[in-house]
Amino acid sequence: MNTYIPAIDWALAMPLIVMLVTGLAGLLIEMFRPKQNNNLIVGVSLAGLAYSFILLVNQLGKPVATTFSGMILSDQFGTLAQLIIIGATFLTFLFSESYLRQKRIAFGEFYPMALWSAAGGMMMVATENLLMMFIGLEVLSIALYCLAGMSRGERRSEESALKYFLLGAFASAFFLYGIAFVYGSSGRIDLEGIHQGYGNAQDYFVIFAFALILVGLGFKAALAPFHQWTPDVYQGAPTNVTGFMSVVSKMAAFGALIRILGYSYDIQEIWFPALSGLAILTMTVGNIAALVQRDAKRALGYSSVAHAGYLLVGVLAHLQLPGKIGLSTVVYYFVAYAAMTIGAFAMISVTAKGGKEGTRTQDLNGMWRKAPFAAGILFLCLVSLVGVPPTAGFFGKWAIFNDALAAGLPVLAVALAINSCISAFYYWQIAKAAFVDDDPALQTDFAPVGGGLKLTGVLCSLLIFGLVFALTPMMEVGKESSANPRLMKRDNPNPLRSPIAADAPGR
Amino acid sequence: MGVITTTILIPIIGMLLILFVPERFGKVTKWLTVLFTGAAFLSSLSILNQFSKETFRFQMLEVANWIPNWGIQYKVGIDGISIWLVLLTTLLTLLAAIFSFYIEHRTKVYFAMILLLEAAMLGVFVSLDLILFYTFFEATLIPMAIMIYVWGGKNRNYAAIKFFIYTFSASIFMLLGMITLAKMHEKIAGHMSFDITAIQALVASGEFWQNTGTMQTLLFWAFTIALLVKCPMFPFHTWLPDAHTEAPTAGSVILAGVLLKMGTYGLLRFVLPIFPEATMANVPIIMWLAIIGIIYGAAVAAVQPDVKKLVAYSSVAHMGFVVFGIFSLNQAGMMGGVYQQLNHGISTGALFLLIGLIYERTHTRLFADYGGLKSQMPIFSALFLIVMLSSVGLPGMNGFIGEFLALYGGFMSAADGLYGMKIIMPLLAGTGVILAAAYLLHMFRQMFYGPLNPKLARLKDLKPWEVGLVGVFVVFIFWGGIYPNTFLKPMEKSVNATRMMVTNGPGARPVWSDDSHDIDNSGNLIEVNARNADGEPDTSQGIKIVKSADYYTDTNVPPRNAQEAR
Repeated sequence: MNTYIPAIDWALAMPLIVMLVTGLAGLLIEMFRPKQNNNLIVGVSLAGLAYSFILLVNQLGKPVATTFSGMILSDQFGTLAQLIIIGATFLTFLFSESYLRQKRIAFGEFYPMALWSAAGGMMMVATENLLMMFIGLEVLSIALYCLAGMSRGERRSEESALKYFLLGAFASAFFLYGIAFVYGSSGRIDLEGIHQGYGNAQDYFVIFAFALILVGLGFKAALAPFHQWTPDVYQGAPTNVTGFMSVVSKMAAFGALIRILGYSYDIQEIWFPALSGLAILTMTVGNIAALVQRDAKRALGYSSVAHAGYLLVGVLAHLQLPGKIGLSTVVYYFVAYAAMTIGAFAMISVTAKGGKEGTRTQDLNGMWRKAPFAAGILFLCLVSLVGVPPTAGFFGKWAIFNDALAAGLPVLAVALAINSCISAFYYWQIAKAAFVDDDPALQTDFAPVGGGLKLTGVLCSLLIFGLVFALTPMMEVGKESSANPRLMKRDNPNPLRSPIAADAPGR
Repeated sequence: MGVITTTILIPIIGMLLILFVPERFGKVTKWLTVLFTGAAFLSSLSILNQFSKETFRFQMLEVANWIPNWGIQYKVGIDGISIWLVLLTTLLTLLAAIFSFYIEHRTKVYFAMILLLEAAMLGVFVSLDLILFYTFFEATLIPMAIMIYVWGGKNRNYAAIKFFIYTFSASIFMLLGMITLAKMHEKIAGHMSFDITAIQALVASGEFWQNTGTMQTLLFWAFTIALLVKCPMFPFHTWLPDAHTEAPTAGSVILAGVLLKMGTYGLLRFVLPIFPEATMANVPIIMWLAIIGIIYGAAVAAVQPDVKKLVAYSSVAHMGFVVFGIFSLNQAGMMGGVYQQLNHGISTGALFLLIGLIYERTHTRLFADYGGLKSQMPIFSALFLIVMLSSVGLPGMNGFIGEFLALYGGFMSAADGLYGMKIIMPLLAGTGVILAAAYLLHMFRQMFYGPLNPKLARLKDLKPWEVGLVGVFVVFIFWGGIYPNTFLKPMEKSVNATRMMVTNGPGARPVWSDDSHDIDNSGNLIEVNARNADGEPDTSQGIKIVKSADYYTDTNVPPRNAQEAR
């Protein structure tokens, strides 16, 4: 048997390599740095993120290409998803240092770990190979398990790490088992295998594989009923890790899920109603559970579950009419979601001072007086999370409504509308605590608002308002993105009646 | 940049400026607010100056693409229905800002919110794009909720969240309706559009609702419920008494004066022109809701122990008259409804202002704590009497004109048996006028007559600037009552066109975007073939009467010739 060494296009893999190497560099610096001074690590990490970001921006609009024997794929959707992951990491890093110092856990390892975790997320979204996805998932997850438990000695943080690890390991196993079934039915480990396996094997074989994969990714994306870990982990993990996790791991999981769904058109009739139900369940469970939370981070954790449900509506609308509705809505919503969620977590992080941190909603009491900047930005982020115009959160929801109605899914649109109303209640509770309440009996100390936090706040609010005006270019960029480029040619809502040409351009 | 955009931008610039003024310079913030609201008022006067009452179409149009992929535009313009609401907004905001000088708690946020609120309200009244309208409509929620919550009374948390949730929940379904409208436009014209003039043009030709089944009724209710909640109309009114009672005075003035009008304005601007068949079919339901609102509001107002709550419930009754007038679909009735919006803004705004003035002195609003103020504060009681009588609808004051026209319109439609209306409807609504006199006079008696409450013995009368503030309202109360034509004439053609957009059959409806459509001075809808340099119809080129007027003349007399009328 001949060994075949494929030609490698390093440029496509470069953003990923930059991320991984920056992480290594950070770890080396950590060994020789002056005690407790992470400034150099932060600087190098931010530079690496920026470089990777620029490399990816240059890839936008290029034709679809693969390298490493199809292990790494570069297409519009993948590039946009990677940009979101890098942007979210950047925003998190900006405010992390001051927070970690206030919390007295200024470990330099945070930055390399987070960079690798983000790199894992990038692998997941930029491939059509299931094994590569699995590797990405593991790189993402293992780093996150460590990060969640970073606040050593704090019982909540330890609980959060252990819980996340045990459940996450199960979910990964489900995912891997699903891949095994795909391989068993088709002899392939790329996404095309799902389609071919359906042709070769018994139907239920592929359906079973699909279900297992869905469980694995549903866990990472925090879809109900696989969301049980979310509130505990979000509450226990250090706040900057929570912010990072809420965007990066969700984007990665959604990226992979979208691609898998894009190749599962053979069984769309089976999973489409199931996922529609899942979307409604996810947003309803997330919002209703958030109503009774007394902890701001926990409530925002449930809110991120609800937002996963909203996003799923956008994804389903795309898959219903892939030729007409691009993934631009999902991408747009993710950018808005990243800005408002990270903004909110960043501003809540000022409650950490001198090794203590109060994250109950009532601990935000008096924030408007002692940290007016943070309170103002937090308020903005919450307004955007509710979806009040003229914020990015509103236009994101608007776009999802638009897509859902265009795809003929009015039930999902109405469910989303009802859920938006429910969500107003708990966002209001947080906003009121931070922006209005000033009960002398409950006084929290707030950390001084440093430059990094200010920059995060400014960037997030610029995104929240700026995106409204940047909608058109963003939609143009996103129009080209699709779960499965070949699906773009399909206008028929029912895939089973319009067989896809077998000789579609290969990669 | 046109004058309308300038008027919207002035408060926004002011708000941004104020956000950079440090908290300790409270005085600077206050004067900056007065400066910018004053500038906005002057700017709105220049809109009035450029306004022509010779056409029903939108004037001073400004169009810019916003999100072309989805057919969302920045499109603003003004017509006879919105012109007075714009002026009311800028005037009331200016007065509310002046009144708010006593605010010492978080001044920066307070005045920033007033300016933001003004910009959003102005935007609501000039938007000609559904999404732009929705954006402004919802943008009023946050500043108002903050105003109630931060500077409100004891029960403010409940009131603020109720206000927010009620209006937010109702309008999100209107948003779904808007998107559906744009999708339907896409089916016919090939591209999505939220431009109401584009949608209305298709509605007028009858193309839009062809073969859509019950869709029109469904969307009609999606829009109407959202707007009735804002009005507020029975049974969606429960947020209003709480919000009014807890809000600070300036908040109440703006809430009663302008915010409620966004609901009725939305009915006139969107519901009537876009859902004509559904509107006509549902007139009886809306009418009954309005009548229940009028009587129920009055009855509940009569038993309130709190003066602010009383005025709040009287708002429910008054807005019932507005909706009653609008849905009578009679020219006089609709004019009355539109006019009553302004009157309610003036007289209820003034009442809240007066209550605010006395509340600042006594810190109580319960009737039990008042009595005999007449001798203690003669100027205050004189002004209160005038404003109260205007709210009752005494002839010679503005309230009378509006209520009379609305009831008259209702009688005319009911007498002709149009739209399923019964003669009992205007009769029942008419009792509301009597009830209003009963509870308002009752209020006046309890506060101003009888023995002087000893706790009030040291009260001082109004200061000159306070008299001046209320005096502005009094001027408009008499002006509107004695010579209402100043206000009625400019709105006449737009109201007539809106009415004909509903009552005329497909093909005979006025079209906003059609330059050849016009309404002549006798109220006929005409199609002109040419216009002269001033934009006036050129009669020498011939005129076709699309639909002759049915309200100036007796229906038995054949309509006068268009040329003859000129």
